[in-house]
Amino acid sequence: MEKVGAVLVVGAGIGGSQAALDLADSGYKVYLVESSTSIGGVMAQLDKTFPTNDCAICIVSPKLVEAGRHPNIEIKIKSEIMNVSGEVGNFNIDLMEHTLFIDQEKCTGCGICGQECPVEAIDLFNEGLSSNSATSVKYPQAVPLVYAINRDYCIGCGICKGVCQAKAIDYKLKSKKTQLKVGSVILALGFDEFEADVLKQYGYGKYKNVVSSIEFERILSASGPYSGHVLRSSDGNVPQKIAFLQCVGSRDPKFGKEYCSSVCCMYTAKEAVIAKEHTEGLEATIFSMDIRAYGKDFDKYIERAKEEYGVKYVRSRISSIEEIPGTKDLKLTYETEEGKIISEIFDMVILGVGLTPPKDASKIADTFDIDLNKYGFIKTQPLKPVETGRPGIYVCGACSSPKDIPETVIEASAAAGKVNIDLSPARGTLVTTKKYPDEIDVSGQPIRIGVFICHCGINIGGYVDVPAVVKYAETLPDVAYSERNLYTCSADTQSLIQEKIKEHKLNRVIVASCTPRTHEPLFQETIREIGLNKYLFQMTNIRDQCSWVHMREPEKATEKAKDLVRMAVAKVRLNTPLSTVPLKVNPSALIIGGGVAGMTAALNFSQQGFKIKLIEKDKKLGGFSSKIYKTIEGDDIQEFLQELINNVENEDLIDVYLGAEIQDIDGYVGNFKTTIIQDNSKKKLEIEHGIIIVATGAKEYIPKEYEYGVNPNVITQKELENRLFNKGNFSNIKSIVMIQCVGSRNEENPYCSRICCSEAIKNAIRLKEQYPDKEISILYRDIRTYGFKEKYYREAREKGILFIRYKKESPPELISNKERIKINLKNERLGDILLDSDLLVLSTGMIAPSKENETLAKLLKVPLNEDKFFLEAHVKLRPVDFATEGIFLCGTAHGPATIGESIAQANSAVSRATIILSKETLMIGGIVSSVDKDLCTGCKICVRICPFNAIIKDDEGYAYVQEALCKGCGVCGASCPEKAISIKHFTNEQILSEIYALGGNIIE
Amino acid sequence: MSFEPKILGFLCNWCSYAGADLAGVSRIQYPPNIRVIRVMCSGRVDPEFIFDGFEAGIDGIIVMGCHPGDCHYLEGNYEAEKKFNMVEKLLSFVDMNERIRLEWVSASEGNRFAEIVTEFTDKIKELGPSPVKDPSKANVLLKNINALKMSAVSYRLRALVGRERALTEQENIYGEKVSLERFNDVFENAIFDEYVRNRIVLSLKEDTKSVKDLAIELNMDPSKILSHILILKGRSQVSMDKIVGITPLYISTLEE
Repeated sequence: MEKVGAVLVVGAGIGGSQAALDLADSGYKVYLVESSTSIGGVMAQLDKTFPTNDCAICIVSPKLVEAGRHPNIEIKIKSEIMNVSGEVGNFNIDLMEHTLFIDQEKCTGCGICGQECPVEAIDLFNEGLSSNSATSVKYPQAVPLVYAINRDYCIGCGICKGVCQAKAIDYKLKSKKTQLKVGSVILALGFDEFEADVLKQYGYGKYKNVVSSIEFERILSASGPYSGHVLRSSDGNVPQKIAFLQCVGSRDPKFGKEYCSSVCCMYTAKEAVIAKEHTEGLEATIFSMDIRAYGKDFDKYIERAKEEYGVKYVRSRISSIEEIPGTKDLKLTYETEEGKIISEIFDMVILGVGLTPPKDASKIADTFDIDLNKYGFIKTQPLKPVETGRPGIYVCGACSSPKDIPETVIEASAAAGKVNIDLSPARGTLVTTKKYPDEIDVSGQPIRIGVFICHCGINIGGYVDVPAVVKYAETLPDVAYSERNLYTCSADTQSLIQEKIKEHKLNRVIVASCTPRTHEPLFQETIREIGLNKYLFQMTNIRDQCSWVHMREPEKATEKAKDLVRMAVAKVRLNTPLSTVPLKVNPSALIIGGGVAGMTAALNFSQQGFKIKLIEKDKKLGGFSSKIYKTIEGDDIQEFLQELINNVENEDLIDVYLGAEIQDIDGYVGNFKTTIIQDNSKKKLEIEHGIIIVATGAKEYIPKEYEYGVNPNVITQKELENRLFNKGNFSNIKSIVMIQCVGSRNEENPYCSRICCSEAIKNAIRLKEQYPDKEISILYRDIRTYGFKEKYYREAREKGILFIRYKKESPPELISNKERIKINLKNERLGDILLDSDLLVLSTGMIAPSKENETLAKLLKVPLNEDKFFLEAHVKLRPVDFATEGIFLCGTAHGPATIGESIAQANSAVSRATIILSKETLMIGGIVSSVDKDLCTGCKICVRICPFNAIIKDDEGYAYVQEALCKGCGVCGASCPEKAISIKHFTNEQILSEIYALGGNIIE
Repeated sequence: MSFEPKILGFLCNWCSYAGADLAGVSRIQYPPNIRVIRVMCSGRVDPEFIFDGFEAGIDGIIVMGCHPGDCHYLEGNYEAEKKFNMVEKLLSFVDMNERIRLEWVSASEGNRFAEIVTEFTDKIKELGPSPVKDPSKANVLLKNINALKMSAVSYRLRALVGRERALTEQENIYGEKVSLERFNDVFENAIFDEYVRNRIVLSLKEDTKSVKDLAIELNMDPSKILSHILILKGRSQVSMDKIVGITPLYISTLEE
């Protein structure tokens, strides 16, 4: 049976949207199904994101808009999966599209219905902290921008139908059943927050000033219920003292959940920092157990929160909150690390609530016939992080375990990467490539501009005198035609615009309506369909930035609209057709590094039929994982690794180069040329390929501490593991001490190595199982068994393994190494402790091979972070891409990661790269910069300033723009001392014409 | 009728333009004086545009970009800031630096956008109409603004500002990081010198003048004028026209 080249993605948060975009860009039809009325999920609700404090909506919104208008993505909002049958390659999906009572095709999102609706409803996007109408849109930037009637609140007054000029409202509109045929499925269901009212001791739901972290996120947001002012909901006052409680519902098997929710430590630190930015002098105190800042650059963020922002950390779990009658302040009683009991009054308490499985997880698992784990999340295996167990059905993001945004994005692409393996034979079969007529040659034609001015129902027309603006437009130079439309974006107006173009021989088109950020592509498409180059279009915003914001000054709004139209006319007169040209893509990959990540990536590519050159500096494949025997969950790594190596070696499409070193990398996306030498020989080998994946890995820190290398009874955790799994002799050993964070989280390596806590606990448990009488102590700073690994921390304690905490300032000291090893330790509560042991095990971190990475980074022209790990294009949303097109990264080259996480990153990088490799050609050109060689002096300012490495010096020493890499930001043009660079579609002449048009005279 | 200033805003597509849209969606009202030109990145705003704006009679100009760290193009907003600082210094020579503003606005800050625009509009109203529109000042002022614009597009200033971040944040060709103080020292002198030189060139375009004439016109020490003249001669922008008595007269060789 032939495979279906379509994919169902269930859940349209950041994970689902990313998976959909990857697949749609790789030649598959995607159905993106969302249960609410808009895509974006929880990320759209967040104010800022850690550890960069990026504005969440700023970074996610362009992705949502892109998904919303992607020709290969069909978004199904307010929809539910009813039934699933079939198997990988051929699934039949029964879908129920619940009615919005508003026709999605006709609704323009103008919002009049919501404004006129007399019934208030709870605004769930603002977590119930504010209200909206019974007819509403989920949030202002919602995609798709379609209103819906909330039948729970609607009283059926019929007003909205009366005011809707687009005739979109239909109270009789029924929910409809649809059948979809798809080849694979990705579940990206997200998560729900832990409902803190279960924990009676915190008074959530009862005390007004106790709020959950997600509510606080909305309170912090500039577009939230209090417009970004931090206020107490009991009295509207600005809180001066806020307490943040960690592990609310997490690491609490009795009343909450056993597992760690992974993200709360970081989001709480972020919320405390942002709250302090909002309110000067605010005191923020975080009550936590361990601080689990285990991700890339997370520890630095915590340090900044403490040092720079003065956020106070108290290591204590609060047992209860007491509300002070009258003031509604909140009293917290806690024990300090020194053992003192303190009561403190706070104005507000934020509960760092954990992540739970989505409420409908079990229903969806039933529908798809897949398993949940014991916590109710979708079950996956540590070494198969995005597979559900049922072939063809994949999972990504927090619905399989708690995780943060970049991990979700990595898994989203990884799931897409797995779909690629299933469906590559069907790639391109269900996407329709639109046929356009040949472009009309407008060169030499007199300029004839058509101006279409939108009423947007009454949104513009109610405030701006649209007929007057139409009349005014007719007086402007080269305007051949002008008219007004009730809704310029409606389908019938598109045909009308095309008719007018023909009738009046228009060769430039202006639409004055809403924002080009969402609507420009629609109108560009309209004029392209009739043969005009899309850059002959110009849009001006007389709604969002005019009629809506000057409602009380209609005359001035009209004057402004005229000015804006005049500026658009001035600009469009200088618009020229821009062309894009195809660039042939070499459909093969170069993978640097033959560890688990590199090999996983290679096998994914080969299963799609792409050729791979895999280069490894060592004499054999395997990398870091060769020294690991089992995962903490019990998976056999050596067996897994051997199978991986066999598969790579037996695959014809993969050429492996061992003992290889890169000498030079030339070219750019689609066409790279790399020179390598093997085994230090003189012979150079040239490889041609379309993309590059960096999977160079990390290495183990070799300790200088604790007489390692001198005293044979001091070993590393890896060496212990080797002994444990190779029948080493432990007979003379009575007690074992393990020290965590050796060579990590210090001045030299100021980051957490992520895996050492779990590795130590894994080995300690195994030791205890084999030799129950041995005493084992683990000396730690914070135990970071994030996610489901928390279980093993608990198990270790239950098995009698002793955990003793030390502080960074007073690390354990080696007192005597005669006969037995003596360790002195300072603990806040227990005072000085002297530990005797026969074996000292050092949990050493991962470090970046700094010299090798620096060399490779220079060759690739990509950046490293302060710790010499490779730095991705965007910490949150482009975790496996480099800013330079066509180069990707995965595995521990990015930073410390588990094997499972490296596997996810590898499949993720492959998915990102497949977007390029799956195309025969890349279209380049459009809005890019270009250099006038006659003016260029070769000063190289542009070369250095371009963040995308798009500009190089050519053979003659002039700047040369590699259009495939240029993103059109224009910074080079504004910087060139000789003004030799011009930015197409945003040329100096075009912008100056707008300036002078505003100043009053259009320059000729 | 009260003064209604013309205000021009350059907004980057990704954050500040989206923030302005959100102000609209949220119906937050602000004064209707601003007209927006959308650019892909605030780093696209060529210093030249600001001077052209003032020459065209605009009363105030505001540039808005993404917050530091949020730039869609990674670092364009940092470049915008450097260029803006240069323009601000140049405009201070004609006392118009308060008529420009650089602000960061995110896509979720509709309120902030409206507040900034309101506050800036009020500020410009308070400053009154651009002096360019005052017939008694326009003649000299336009000449000065033209000199400022020529400086802003001059190779020297653009070369310096284009390298500022590379030199002060990374390293120079000797592998050293140049301190901001040292860079500013070089840069601020260059800004002032280029302005004066362009001003001299423009003045000499109208008429031949002596060092003393120029010193009076520009209210500067004649010896300084002389040293600028010598440099301009070296650049072939000025030449000696004739000597009247003991006083050499200079003329601009700049073509139209």
